[in-house]
Amino acid sequence: MTSDDMTLDASAPRLEVDALIDDPRTRIVVCCGSGGVGKTTTAAALGVRAAERGRKVVVLTIDPARRLAQSMGISELDNVPRRVKDVDEAAGGELHAMMLDMKRTFDEIVEGHADADRARAILENPFYQSLSAGFAGTQEYMAMEKLGQLRASDEWDLIIVDTPPSRSALDFLDAPKRLGSFLDGKFIRVLMAPAKVGGRAGMKFLNVGMSMMTGTLSKLMGGQLLRDVQTFVAAMDTMFGGFRTRADATYRLLQAPGTAFLVVAAPERDALREAAYFVERLAAEQMPLAGLVLNRVHGSGAAQLSAERALAAAEALTDGLSEDGAADGDAGTDRAENNLEATGIVDLDGGNAGAGTAGGLSPAAAAEHPAPTSASAAQLAAGLLRLHAERMQVLARERRTRDRFTALHPEVPVTEVGALPGDVHDLTGLREIGDRLALNGTSADDTDTDGTLTGDHSDSGS
Amino acid sequence: MSRLHVVSGKGGTGKTTVAAALALALATEGRRTLLVEVEGRQGIAQLFETEALPYEERKIAVGPASEGASRWGSSRTESGGDPLRGGGRRAGEVYALAIDAERALLDYLQMFYKLGSAGRALKKLGAIDFATTIAPGLRDVLLTGKACEAVRRKDKNGRFVYDAVVMDAPPTGRITRFLNVNDEVAGLAKIGPIHNQAQAVMRVLKSPETAVHLVTLLEEMPVQETADGVAELRAAGIPVGGIVINMTRPALLDNGDLDVIAARGARSGVAKALSQAGLGGARRGGLADRLIDPLLEQAREHAERVELERAEHAELTSIGLPTYELELLPEGVDLAGLYQLARDLRKQGPI
Ligand SMILES: Nc1ncnc2c1ncn2[C@@H]1O[C@H](COP(=O)(O)OP(=O)(O)OP(=O)(O)O)[C@@H](O)[C@H]1O
Ligand SMILES: Nc1ncnc2c1ncn2[C@@H]1O[C@H](COP(=O)(O)OP(=O)(O)OP(=O)(O)O)[C@@H](O)[C@H]1O
Ligand SMILES: [Mg+2]
Ligand SMILES: [Mg+2]
Repeated sequence: MTSDDMTLDASAPRLEVDALIDDPRTRIVVCCGSGGVGKTTTAAALGVRAAERGRKVVVLTIDPARRLAQSMGISELDNVPRRVKDVDEAAGGELHAMMLDMKRTFDEIVEGHADADRARAILENPFYQSLSAGFAGTQEYMAMEKLGQLRASDEWDLIIVDTPPSRSALDFLDAPKRLGSFLDGKFIRVLMAPAKVGGRAGMKFLNVGMSMMTGTLSKLMGGQLLRDVQTFVAAMDTMFGGFRTRADATYRLLQAPGTAFLVVAAPERDALREAAYFVERLAAEQMPLAGLVLNRVHGSGAAQLSAERALAAAEALTDGLSEDGAADGDAGTDRAENNLEATGIVDLDGGNAGAGTAGGLSPAAAAEHPAPTSASAAQLAAGLLRLHAERMQVLARERRTRDRFTALHPEVPVTEVGALPGDVHDLTGLREIGDRLALNGTSADDTDTDGTLTGDHSDSGS
Repeated sequence: MSRLHVVSGKGGTGKTTVAAALALALATEGRRTLLVEVEGRQGIAQLFETEALPYEERKIAVGPASEGASRWGSSRTESGGDPLRGGGRRAGEVYALAIDAERALLDYLQMFYKLGSAGRALKKLGAIDFATTIAPGLRDVLLTGKACEAVRRKDKNGRFVYDAVVMDAPPTGRITRFLNVNDEVAGLAKIGPIHNQAQAVMRVLKSPETAVHLVTLLEEMPVQETADGVAELRAAGIPVGGIVINMTRPALLDNGDLDVIAARGARSGVAKALSQAGLGGARRGGLADRLIDPLLEQAREHAERVELERAEHAELTSIGLPTYELELLPEGVDLAGLYQLARDLRKQGPI
């Protein structure tokens, strides 16, 4: 009998989450990853944990699930951090949280960097209104902008940043650049050409081309849209430099030693592929990667029982049901156990000690509860075994995907967070995730019913 | 019957997969469907295991044979010869197109303004980039415009070229904005070609010819997004079709089993049964006995999840739209799996 896929050959270094969030030099943690993998949950859970371990933390969340936002008291979009109640502040920490309002953030930049008249002209411009409500990349850009603001205010020991839901984790780094290249580009100058005609002599030739261009644009966009865009661009003109400077500053902040990127991924092929791209990209950008959070990993307290074996046993039980439905006596049982131990079908590392001491107990000791009839018990047992087989198949698949990532990036520290059976929508759930983040399990470890770790099921084969 | 099927849903719920399965499902004998993607990710090519799609409609698959007929034919037919199968009827065909906003804009400029070289100059300046990535709305006008053009296109006999067009659309959070290009553009371009184009697109999108389907999982956030998305679409006057519940899992334990587990009365009986099935000794500390706690724990987690899924299911039903269900394929979605999903969709009636 083989216990395939159960070998823990891949040995990624472990990500020590507590060491990371306890270190006073860690000032910014950025949680990124592809859509739906648990970025927001991880960011919030880290926030709670760091605060309860004594740090003054702010979490910048983006589009959190409604119930989660409510339970943290941040469902109102007022674009300022709110202190989260019910966080244990005994260690001297605090948790503040906010939900990013991107239009508000954009408006605030305008208001903060232009005089009142100019600000009003911009805010009322239809092109601006449409732009600020969200073109591709505004959210990413505004998240960076807000991060810059939070960092500049120097009110917090630790800033934890969630990133926008996007198909690719890379968007977080790319979108601001795209905006930057537009702001720096020639096109801006074409748009502003009417305002600048008669400029330097050297521009003359260019201006001929430009008026031709504006003619074309006008034909295309309609004269009124072009005028709106031009008004907008002219009004923003003085601010563009500021945008650029701040975007660059934030970018440098992300490269600073006090920053740590956590790449969150689900143990699925697509998510881990994205994670691998992102890891490579961070290295290319010289941005500090702390490690990979493998979220929603499944475990089993009975990992010693393989899927095949469980299915075969379920089958046997169902067959037995259709024949006579009666359970055999204990004589057969002991024989079965001896067989097992001899052939090593079941890995004994997990609980040998228990078996030894319990061996002397009366066999009848188990019957404290009224037992259901044998047939229904057999049916139930078969169900449990099928469920277990399904779980083991999931485990094996997740492990294969994880191992593929580890083979590609053996240097990246990993922590695994077990899947909770339900959604995470309150502080209790976040603490649980925090514990799991810090516990640093691998998929061979499992929290069982009592929350204790069962033994290492690593299997030396058989 | 709608002819433009727009497939949206929360990120990662299976929009691309469901759109592809739907395009296959709709490609019954003698029919031709077009599967379009608009986000430049080549998701369709990946799914059909072909090279990246160019900006050009090309045939990528034949529809699955109807129930009772033999299994589907060659899944990746080369262009050319119509495969004649079962009863001499032409197999349904699926074409695919990856719409690229920049190419669509350049084509459009060329078509209406003969702007060949000026178009290139605009591109060099970054104007095309501006129009297709930065300027709000314009990109969406181009993308939806191309899809609507395919919906309306007729051959020389006056018949529609495609019986149905299925769009792998942006996620729920952006779908209303994406489809409601008219509102978006109306505030910007009040006259001119962009304005006219937006109007033409909206005529198709708000007609019964269009149906937006939302893909969801039985989880809190996708279900919430689905409910919000339906409300938004309805408010915008865009017709909503059905809800596709993806990646459902069979219930391995029935309610009675779960009740017994909840009552914690099953322990010794189950231990005996396990032991009887050859999994070791049933007495305290025996191998079978030691399996029980973890197995019961897994069953309790399962029960909790089933409970949660039931609540989400009820929430979805209360939206009052037709629902379709697709099972989680344990080995992931390969080509065979995709055909499986297509047949499952077909079995659940017209969508
Ligand atoms: N370890 C876990 N166990 C169980 N459920 C989890 C776990 N982690 C996250 N979830 C649930 O998964 C869902 C998605 O999580 P979350 O919102 O954090 O993802 P995200 O990466 O921020 O998504 P998006 O890309 O949409 O922003 C939520 O409903 C959350 O409660
Ligand atoms: N019924 C299913 N059974 C098993 N796996 C599935 C099923 N449907 C989708 N998947 C898998 O789930 C993942 C996400 O699916 P898909 O890419 O279709 O989602 P999407 O909504 O288009 O994602 P995105 O938001 O990134 O565009 C893929 O790996 C896909 O193979
Ligand atoms: Mg999120
Ligand atoms: Mg997709």
